[in-house]
Amino acid sequence: METSTKTLTNTPTLADRAYNIRRNALRMGEVQGQGYIAQALDISDVLAVAYFHAMRYRSEDPAWEERDRFLLSNGHYAIALYAALIEAGIVPEEELETYGSDESRLPMSGMASYTPGMEMSGGSLGLGLSIAVGMGLGLKRKKSEARVYTLFSDGELDEGSVWEAIQSAGHYGLDNLIGIVDVNNQQADGPSTQVMAFEPLVEKLQAFGWFVQRIDGNDLDAVIAAFDTAKSHPEPKPRMIVADTLMGKGVPFLEQREKNHFIRVEQHEWQLALAALEAGRQA
Amino acid sequence: MKTVRSAPQPGKPRLTTSAMIASIAAEGQKTKPAPFGHALVALARSRSEVVGMTADLGKYTDLHIFAKEFPDRYYQMGMAEQLLFGAASGLAAEGFMPFATTYAVFASRRAYDFIHQTIAEEDRNVKIVCALPGLTSGYGPSHQAAEDLALFRAMPNMTVIDPCDAHEIEQLVPAIAAHQGPVYMRLLRGQVPVVLEEYDYKFELGKAKLIRDGKDVLIISSGIMTMRALEAVQALQDDRVDAAVLHVPTIKPLDTETILLDAGKPGRLVVVAENHTMIGGLGEAIAALLMRSGVHPPFRQIALPDEFLDAGALPTLHDRYGISTAEVARQIKQWL
Repeated sequence: METSTKTLTNTPTLADRAYNIRRNALRMGEVQGQGYIAQALDISDVLAVAYFHAMRYRSEDPAWEERDRFLLSNGHYAIALYAALIEAGIVPEEELETYGSDESRLPMSGMASYTPGMEMSGGSLGLGLSIAVGMGLGLKRKKSEARVYTLFSDGELDEGSVWEAIQSAGHYGLDNLIGIVDVNNQQADGPSTQVMAFEPLVEKLQAFGWFVQRIDGNDLDAVIAAFDTAKSHPEPKPRMIVADTLMGKGVPFLEQREKNHFIRVEQHEWQLALAALEAGRQA
Repeated sequence: MKTVRSAPQPGKPRLTTSAMIASIAAEGQKTKPAPFGHALVALARSRSEVVGMTADLGKYTDLHIFAKEFPDRYYQMGMAEQLLFGAASGLAAEGFMPFATTYAVFASRRAYDFIHQTIAEEDRNVKIVCALPGLTSGYGPSHQAAEDLALFRAMPNMTVIDPCDAHEIEQLVPAIAAHQGPVYMRLLRGQVPVVLEEYDYKFELGKAKLIRDGKDVLIISSGIMTMRALEAVQALQDDRVDAAVLHVPTIKPLDTETILLDAGKPGRLVVVAENHTMIGGLGEAIAALLMRSGVHPPFRQIALPDEFLDAGALPTLHDRYGISTAEVARQIKQWL
C-alpha cells in the first residue's frame, strides 16, 4: 500500500488489520444471519497481508491503472474481501450494514459490476486463474509493473479449468501472477482431500512450472515472508502460495464447531463471536 | 436407448467424405481465401489493441494469417477453451480487444459458463469468432454446432452475427471492432464464396437488408442460407414464383423494424431459412416477434431438425435436412 511509509506510532499493525477484517466480516454475518463466515475468518490473515503489506493500490481510485489486481475466484468468500475492502477504505464502512440486502453493493457472491475494488465476477468456481492468465499477459503487453493476485480455494482444484490455467501460466512464465490457494480442507460435500484427493499439491504445482511455497496461512509472519518471497523470487515463473488455514480462526467456538462448508451460526452467537474475537486479541 | 445403425448396401455409389472440414463453395463458384484472417490483419494495422487468441485451431479459423503478420500479438492457449475465454476476458480487462477463435461447438457447448460469467456478465470487449457453425461439417454432432445461435441469443449483452459470405465477413470485422462489447460471430473459413458483392450489399451491425424483392414469398435468412435462398430464387422463377430475400446477419439484436415492415406486406408467404436447429434460432425469434406485434402472415421454417445429425458428405446432409438449394426451392413450392 502506498501509505505504508507512514511512521506514526499508532499505525495499525498487520495483526490489527487482520482483527478488523474478522470483525467486519462478523458484523456482516450478523446483518444477514448467515454467510461463509468460517472461510472469512480463516483467510483474514492472508487478506491483511495482501492489502496492508504486499499490494499497491489507491483507496480513493480503485481502478488506478498501476494497481495490483486482486481476483477473488472463490466468489463465496466475498464477505471476507468486503471486510478487507472496508478496512482498506475502498468500500465505506457504513455499507457493511447492507451486506446481502436488496440494492446493496455487497451481494453474498462477489461480482465485479457491484463493488468497488472487485475485479471479477465469481460464484461459478474455477474462473479466476484463467482471467488472471489473460490479465498477466495483458500487463506484460503494456509493460506494466503491476501484479495479479488470485485467491482460490482447495475445492476449486477439482475444476479442470484451474489446471488449464495453471499449465498455461507456466507455459507463459507469468512471473507477475501470484496465486493463493486456501487449503482449509473443506468443500460442499466434505473434506476436500476426501471429495477429490489433490495432494501432493506442492509437487504437482512445481511440475507445472510454478514457484511454490507452503505455509501456515494463519501465521502472520509466515504469510508476510511468503508474499515477500513471491514478489522477489528471481525465476520467470508464476508463483503459488499454498496456505493451510483453520476455518473459524480467531473465534474458538467456531474453530471447534463440526467442520462444514457452510457453518451455521445462531442469531445470538454473532455477538458471542465478536466477544470471543476481542477476548482472543486481548490474550 | 442406443441402437447401432444397419450396415450400408454394398456396391451403391456414394459421396465419400465425412471430413471435419468441408467447403461450402460450389464447383466453379467465385471465392476468396481466408477473408476473416485478412480483414483482421487490416484492422490490426490501425488498432494496436487488437490481439488474436485461439485454442489450437489457428490454422482452422484463418487466424494463422494474423499470427504470421503479428506473431507477438497472437496467443496460443492450447486445446483449452475455458482458459481461452477466461484469458480473453483478462486481456479485455487490461484494455485489449481479443479476437478469440475456436469451433462453434466448443465455444457454445464447452465454454458456455466461462463466456457467460467472465465475458458477457462483465460486458468485456471480446470478439468470439467460431468456425463450423450449424451444419458445415460432415464429421457428426461433435463438430456440428446446430444450436450455437440459440445458446448465444439467450446470453445477455451478447451480439450474435451469422454472415453469408466473404464480402460480408470483410465488412463486419471492422464493424464489430467498432462495437464496444462482446460479440459472437459465426465464421466461414478457407475458400469462402463471394455472393453479396453483386447486390451492392453493405453490412451494417443490427440491420437486416432486403437483397431482392418479390411478390409471392418472402424468404428471411441468415448466414449461408441467404446464399441458398438467392440460388433458390432462380429455381422458383422457373415456376413463376417471385421470391424476395431479406438477409438478417445480426441475429441479436434483431432488426425488428425492417422485419416487421417486410413481413407485414400482405399476400406473401414468409419463410425463415436458417442453418441451425429449428429450436431457438432466427425462425423462432421472428415467429415470436410477429406474434408479439400482431403481424400474422402464413409462416414456415426451413431449419435443421431437433435431432443429432448424421455424419456424411455435406451435400448429402444438406439435402437430407432440407437446407440445400434444391430442397429450399422444393419446400417453398410445396407450401405455396
